[in-house]
Amino acid sequence: MRRISVLRQTFIGTAIVVVLSVVCYLFRAYLDYRLVALLLLLAVSLQAVLFDIFPVLLAAVLSALILNLFFIEPVLHYKINSPENALLFFIYLLVALVNAVLTNRLRRQEAQARDKEEKENTIRLYNTLLSSLSHELKTPIATIIGSVDTLKEADDKITADQKADLLAAMDSAGTRLNKQVENLLNMSRLETGTLTLKRDWCDLNELLFRVIRAVPDQEAHQVVFEANDYAPLFKVDEGMLEVLMYGLIGNAVRYTPPGSEVRVRMDFEDDQLHLQVSDNGRGIPENLREQVFEKFYRIPGSGTGGTGLGLSIVKGIAEAHGGAVQLSEGPAGGAMFRVTLPAEVSYLKNLKNE
Amino acid sequence: MNKPEVLIIDDEPQIRKLLEINLHAQSYLARQAATGREGLMLAANHVPDVVLLDLGLPDMSGHEVLIRLREWYQKAIIVLSVEKGEEDIVRALDNGANDYLSKPFRVGELMARLRSALRNNDSRDTQQSITVDELEIDLAGRVVKRHNAVLKLTGTEYNLLALLARNAGRVLTHGFLLKEIWGVGYQTETQYLRVFIAQLRKKIEVDPNHPRHLITVSGVGYRLE
Repeated sequence: MRRISVLRQTFIGTAIVVVLSVVCYLFRAYLDYRLVALLLLLAVSLQAVLFDIFPVLLAAVLSALILNLFFIEPVLHYKINSPENALLFFIYLLVALVNAVLTNRLRRQEAQARDKEEKENTIRLYNTLLSSLSHELKTPIATIIGSVDTLKEADDKITADQKADLLAAMDSAGTRLNKQVENLLNMSRLETGTLTLKRDWCDLNELLFRVIRAVPDQEAHQVVFEANDYAPLFKVDEGMLEVLMYGLIGNAVRYTPPGSEVRVRMDFEDDQLHLQVSDNGRGIPENLREQVFEKFYRIPGSGTGGTGLGLSIVKGIAEAHGGAVQLSEGPAGGAMFRVTLPAEVSYLKNLKNE
Repeated sequence: MNKPEVLIIDDEPQIRKLLEINLHAQSYLARQAATGREGLMLAANHVPDVVLLDLGLPDMSGHEVLIRLREWYQKAIIVLSVEKGEEDIVRALDNGANDYLSKPFRVGELMARLRSALRNNDSRDTQQSITVDELEIDLAGRVVKRHNAVLKLTGTEYNLLALLARNAGRVLTHGFLLKEIWGVGYQTETQYLRVFIAQLRKKIEVDPNHPRHLITVSGVGYRLE
């Protein structure tokens, strides 16, 4: 309701009272003035539901004056002849004012309740974030600090192999910590809308080969991608699209058993780009297919080492491009993610070769 | 031979320490500055062979230090930055940085970039021919050979490859490449670049889908390694 300015509300409110009064005045031969009072009261009450307090009070007072001047005998005079009519006038004024004030108070309480609920939701989300984060961030930190302590204090009591193990543990903990922070930064950029897409011409074949190469721990998996030689260049945010595909392919590799096959596909029609990642793992139960895109949601039993941000970032990036992600069962029985992005295209053929 | 001198401009003591230890281990001479002002002064007093410049400094922006250094300093500047934002990197490169590394970086990677920057210091514009593994680019004769077999390149393909080869090991931004090869006014026409890079890869790479020489630096540009 805040969209209409108070000045505008005042104008509309006054106009309604005046127009209604004029209509009633024209038909005054057929309308009892008590009925007119009820009609005006109805108009004021409706305004009380929609408008701010000031325009409604003004409408209440204005309608009371109009009632007195034009409808209560003697007409065109502020005097009132009978005590009954005087009572009617004052009750009208009182009811209109009380109505305005009470409705306003009710609305304010509603707004407060809404604010409170919103705040509680934020706090709940924040708590989920904290508990998830403190675990995911503190675990690698504990590894690093513990390893450093061991190297510092027990240097002469541990073997070279053990030392190498500790260093490797610190290495992977540091990498993991960095990845988590990057995820959080991406999430907050997407959430706060501070992410501005830098769309530029992008060779998707090249991007996909590059991303697939960067996905860690894929030795036990088979990641299959066949370049589409006829694909045009697409105008997308290359860096963000890398994050998106890294998220999908990385997830497929991580959450399917060793030996599984992950298929990456790119196709297009007109100015729609489709990117698809499917696997032959256990798949994602139908009732969870929406939830997995929610922030911090993790499928129960999916192991440690994830913040539940990956897929919400994927969704956020797709939506920032004006596109969407769909999750369904793939042809090989596992999960199939299909990203559709609208994007400007440029065909290589249109270029002269020199 | 003299030890190459590296100036570290970074406000974080731990990073300076880490860099110093590694530089000494690789027989470099290291000087340190914690602020932009101090860095500019040290650079003027002991002209270093390479400057490692952090973009986030307490007293002035790293970009400003870069611009002021570039008014007279011609050797290599490698920019370090925690920001992964491509705009920041492109800006630094366009302002004259030779290379950049985003924090956290791998020490091995940093040392490789340092070596490559020092090599570029020595071989500025005077080289007649550049060899990158099995590739040989003869700048005087405008001929490119792979395993000693001459490659058929178009004029634009050759110009692009020669420009990258003259700056081997260094990232060249999209804008710079487009301006140098296609001319002013083409700086945003990245689709030309994409097409010619793809064509070049088909000719110079063993596996164009997994390039080993013509490397994409996502959102920034290309580097020949």
